[in-house]
Amino acid sequence: MDRKNTEFLVLLAILVGVIGLMWLLNGADFMNLGNFQSMAFQLPELGILAMAMMITMLTSGINLSIIASANLSGIVMAIILTKTIPPESTGPGGIGLVIVAILAGLLVSALIGLLNGFLVAHLEISPILATLGTMILVSGVAVAVTEGYVISGFPDALLAIGNGSVLGLPAPILIFAAGAFMMHIILLRTPLGSRIYLLGSNPTACFYSGVNNPAVLMRTYLISGLYSGMAAVVMISRFNSAKADYGESYLLLTVLVSVLGGVSAAGGFGRIPGLVLALIILQIISSGLNLMGVNTFLTVALWGGVLIAVMVIQSLLDRYQEKRRSV
Amino acid sequence: MKKLFSYHETYVFLAIVIFALVITVVNPNFFTLENLFDLLKSYSLMGTFAIGVLFVLISGGIDISFTAIATIAGYVIAVLLLQIGDRLNIVYVFMIAGTIGILLGMINASIIYFFNIPSIITTIATLNIYYGVLTVISKGKWLYGFPEWFGAYTQMYVFKLHTADGVPYGLSVITLFWFVLLLIAWFILRYTVLGRSIYAMGGNIASARRVGFNLLKLQLFIYAFMGLMAGFASVIQAMLVQTVAPNSLVGKELDVLAAVVLGGASLSGGAGSVLGAVLGVALIAIMGNGLTLMHVPSYWYKVVIGLVILISVGSSAYRHKISTRRRTIIEVD
Repeated sequence: MDRKNTEFLVLLAILVGVIGLMWLLNGADFMNLGNFQSMAFQLPELGILAMAMMITMLTSGINLSIIASANLSGIVMAIILTKTIPPESTGPGGIGLVIVAILAGLLVSALIGLLNGFLVAHLEISPILATLGTMILVSGVAVAVTEGYVISGFPDALLAIGNGSVLGLPAPILIFAAGAFMMHIILLRTPLGSRIYLLGSNPTACFYSGVNNPAVLMRTYLISGLYSGMAAVVMISRFNSAKADYGESYLLLTVLVSVLGGVSAAGGFGRIPGLVLALIILQIISSGLNLMGVNTFLTVALWGGVLIAVMVIQSLLDRYQEKRRSV
Repeated sequence: MKKLFSYHETYVFLAIVIFALVITVVNPNFFTLENLFDLLKSYSLMGTFAIGVLFVLISGGIDISFTAIATIAGYVIAVLLLQIGDRLNIVYVFMIAGTIGILLGMINASIIYFFNIPSIITTIATLNIYYGVLTVISKGKWLYGFPEWFGAYTQMYVFKLHTADGVPYGLSVITLFWFVLLLIAWFILRYTVLGRSIYAMGGNIASARRVGFNLLKLQLFIYAFMGLMAGFASVIQAMLVQTVAPNSLVGKELDVLAAVVLGGASLSGGAGSVLGAVLGVALIAIMGNGLTLMHVPSYWYKVVIGLVILISVGSSAYRHKISTRRRTIIEVD
C-alpha cells in the first residue's frame, strides 16, 4: 500500500479512537445532536483558513497573513454593509447589498494574495518574511480603518449565511464543502495543481521542465488570499460583527491541521481528504475538552504538543521507511 | 564610498537620519538628549531580544517562542523576588532567568535537530506550549511589589543630568548592560570559530555538515543563546516596569523579528550583523517614538512598520536578484 493511503487510514483510525475517547470521557453529552451541530458551525472557518494555509505549504511556502487578510476583507464587507445605503432598498433582506459587499471583500483578499504572490514570486523574498510583512501591514490597515472598534449589525441576508441551514445542514458547512471540493479539483485535476506539487517537491526540476515558476506562485498566493476572503464571509456572518483581531489563535491551528492532514512542511505532499479528516479530529477533541471544562490556554498548549508529536512521528516514520529501502 | 553603499546597514542608517530629520522638524522635542536616553533605556528590552534573534536568523533558522521563554523566566524570578527577595541579588536574578532561558531554548534546538522539523513550526508550537502552560499555572495573575533593591535599578544611572525643571535623566545601567551584551555578541560573531561557523551553517547547511561542523552543538548553542537573551530580557522588562504580567510580552515577537530583518539579516541565513540589528531596532524605536511625537494616532503605527518592512526587504531582495543575474552561475549539486 502506498504512503498516502496508509496515512488516510491512520487518520481514520485516529478519528474513530478520538470519538470513542470523547464519548467515554463526556458520556451522553457528547453524543447528542446539538453538540454535533455546534461543531458543524465552528469547523468551517478553521477549515477554509487551513486550506488557505495548505496550498502555500504545498509549494514549500507559508502564509502568515491569512488571518489578517480575512479580518481586513471582513471589515471591508462590514463597512459596505453598515455605512452605505440602508439594506431595505436593495431587495429582500438586503440581498443586493450583501452580494456587492462579499464581492468587494473577496476583491480585497485577492489583492492581498497578489501582493504576497508578487513578493514571493517576483522579488524572491522568503515566504515567511513576505507574508509576515503583509500580515503586519494588513492588520495595521484593519486597525487603522476601524480604530480598533467592532463593526456590527448586518442585514438578514448575510446572517443567513452564517447561521442558516439548508436541508438540516448548516450553511457554513456547505460553503466549506464547496471550497474543499474546489480545492481538491484544483490540486488533482488541473495543470496548476500538478505544477504546485512539482514546484513544492523540487523548484529547480520544475523550472527546467518548462514551468513558469513565478506564475504558479502568483496563482497559489492568489487562491490562498481568496480562501481567506471566503473564511471572512463565514466569520462575519456567524459573529454578526467584524473586528481587526478576530481569530488570532487560528494561525497555529491552520498549520496544525495541515501538518496533521499529511501536508509536508517541506512542500510537495498533502491532499484535501487528509486535511478534512484532520480538521474533524481537531474539532472533536476541542469540543470534547470544552465540554469537560478544560482551560482554553491548556487546550492551546495541547495543540502545540500535538503539532510537535505529529511532526516527530512523521519524521520517525520517514526515517524507518528510508532505512528499509536502503537495505 | 562605493563600498559603503554595498552594505545594507548604510541604507538603514540613511533611513534613520531622514526619519530623525523629519520628526525633529515637526517636533523639536525629539532631538534632545533626554529623549535619546529615554529611548535607549526603554528599547534595551527589544534590543536584547534582537541579539538572540540575530543569531538564530544568521544560522538559517527562526525562533518566535522567545517571548514565551521570557515570560516564563520573568514569572519565575518574580515569584522568587516576592518570596525570598531579600536573600537574592541582581547576579542571582540574571543567572536564574538565564538558566531557564537556556533550558527552554535547548528544548527547541533538540526538537529541531533530532526530528528535522522546520524551526518555524517547532517554535510556533513551543510558543503555544510554554505560554499556555504558564498562563494555566499562573492563572494570569500580575506580580508586583518587588523588593526595594530591585526597584532601585530603574533609577540607577551611569551619569546623571538634570532637565531645566530638575528632573534627572542619563545613561541608565540597563542600557549599559545591553551595550555589554552587544559587544559580546559582536565579538562572538566576528572573532570566534563558533561565530564564523554560525554563518557557515546559515550559508549552506549541507556544506557545513560535510566540512565537519558539529551541527548538534551549533544548534544547541544558537537556541540556548536565544533563550539566554530572552531570560536576560525578562529581567530587563521586570526592572523597567516593576510588574510581571503573563501577557505583556507574548505577541511582540514579530516586532523584534521585523527589527532584526530591517537590519539586514535574511531569513535564508548566512547574513546579518550586530550593527545591522542595532540599526533595525533603532529604526523601529525612532518610528514608534516619532509617530507619537508627531501626534499621529497610534493605530497607524503598524501600517508604517509593515510598509517599512516590505519596502526594506523588497528592495534588498531586488538588489540581490539583480546582482545574481549579473553573474553567470554554474550550479553543481
